[in-house]
Amino acid sequence: MNINLTLFGQTFAFAIFVWFCMKFVWPPITKAMQERQKKIAEGLDAAGRAQQDLKLAQEKVTNTLRETKEQATQILEQANKHASAIVEEAKQQARAEGERLVNAARAEIEQEVNRAKDQLRAQVAALAVLGAEKILESQVDAKVHNDLVEKLASQL
Amino acid sequence: MANTPAEYIQHHLQNLVFGAHPEKGWIIAQTPDDVKQMGFMALHIDTLGWSVFMGLIFVLLFRMAAKSATAGVPGKLQNLVEMCVEFVEGVVKDTFHGRNPVIAPLALTIFVWVFLMNSLKWIPVDYIPGLASAMGLPYFKIVPTADPNGTFGLSLGVFILILFYSVKVKGFGGFTKELAFTPFNHWSLVPFNLFLEILGLLTKPLSLALRLFGNMYAGEVVFILIALLPFYVQWTLNVPWAIFHILVIPLQAFIFMVLTVVYLSSAHEEHH
Repeated sequence: MNINLTLFGQTFAFAIFVWFCMKFVWPPITKAMQERQKKIAEGLDAAGRAQQDLKLAQEKVTNTLRETKEQATQILEQANKHASAIVEEAKQQARAEGERLVNAARAEIEQEVNRAKDQLRAQVAALAVLGAEKILESQVDAKVHNDLVEKLASQL
Repeated sequence: MANTPAEYIQHHLQNLVFGAHPEKGWIIAQTPDDVKQMGFMALHIDTLGWSVFMGLIFVLLFRMAAKSATAGVPGKLQNLVEMCVEFVEGVVKDTFHGRNPVIAPLALTIFVWVFLMNSLKWIPVDYIPGLASAMGLPYFKIVPTADPNGTFGLSLGVFILILFYSVKVKGFGGFTKELAFTPFNHWSLVPFNLFLEILGLLTKPLSLALRLFGNMYAGEVVFILIALLPFYVQWTLNVPWAIFHILVIPLQAFIFMVLTVVYLSSAHEEHH
């Protein structure tokens, strides 16, 4: 155990190492650590905010979805109504058209019947005249007896 | 090399001394008698060399990490260094309440440097001294903290800082007054107070240095004693003792650091 100059040598070395550590080692490392701490804090903050945003977005999505569904049902209802209206209208039109056709046919039939009646009447008149001629054995002057034939025909 | 166990132990506990011999001038001491003749004007080359070497490892390693320090994902070295820094910073924050940019780097230097110097003890006791004697050096002792010069050198630095900050914070008058009027605030007890306080002040570096030196020296002696056993039984004692030093080596570095911070903290605080 002998104390000698080594003591001061050691103290000197110690001083230099402390100085070096203070100047060139400690500041950059603590700076980096602090920066990382800040970064992590910011990252956590951002994550929190993102979660909040996500929550809001999800709420918005559910709202929008609900609204859309409502709208869709509305549109569907309207379309159904519209369709039934169209069907109804078409039915009515068809009925009207049918009636018109039936009426027209009826009118034609009546016309036809009248015409047939007229023809029949003319033929009957001719037959009557022919019959009368036979009976009378003489010719009936159609011109002279026209009035009579006309009268007869109209009575048929 | 020595032959008897006593000589072997003596030989292992002798530093490599370079000093001013009164007759032969500046030489490397070849015998214990040379060392005695040199007295104070001598340097322990091994202690200085190994402590500076360990110090350089510390500063270069940490400087390397500091240079490439990034706030992003740290590498392995940066992780290790940051772990040390964070640990020391925590201790300093808990213990030291003032604001002083010197304390934390000082504590880090002490912790890592002392740890590295202590860790030289894990190297088997005959390896490096054997190598040195093969190179023609008469003595070699590698653990700087097992040399009182090494530990007192550190505590002297701490002591100077204690005095410096005491005077800087409290003023010369304030510091003197503190020494004179604590713990008993009465004029008649000033001499007693002075005696007590100055003794307390001197005890600080003394206890710092002696605690570390004592632990390391004792451990070293035990390692040397174990090395005297036959080689095939050495491991039964050597291994547990080395494993035990996994605890002792960082612990002593830690104690030295914490006490330094505590002492400097009390140097900054006003006593009431």
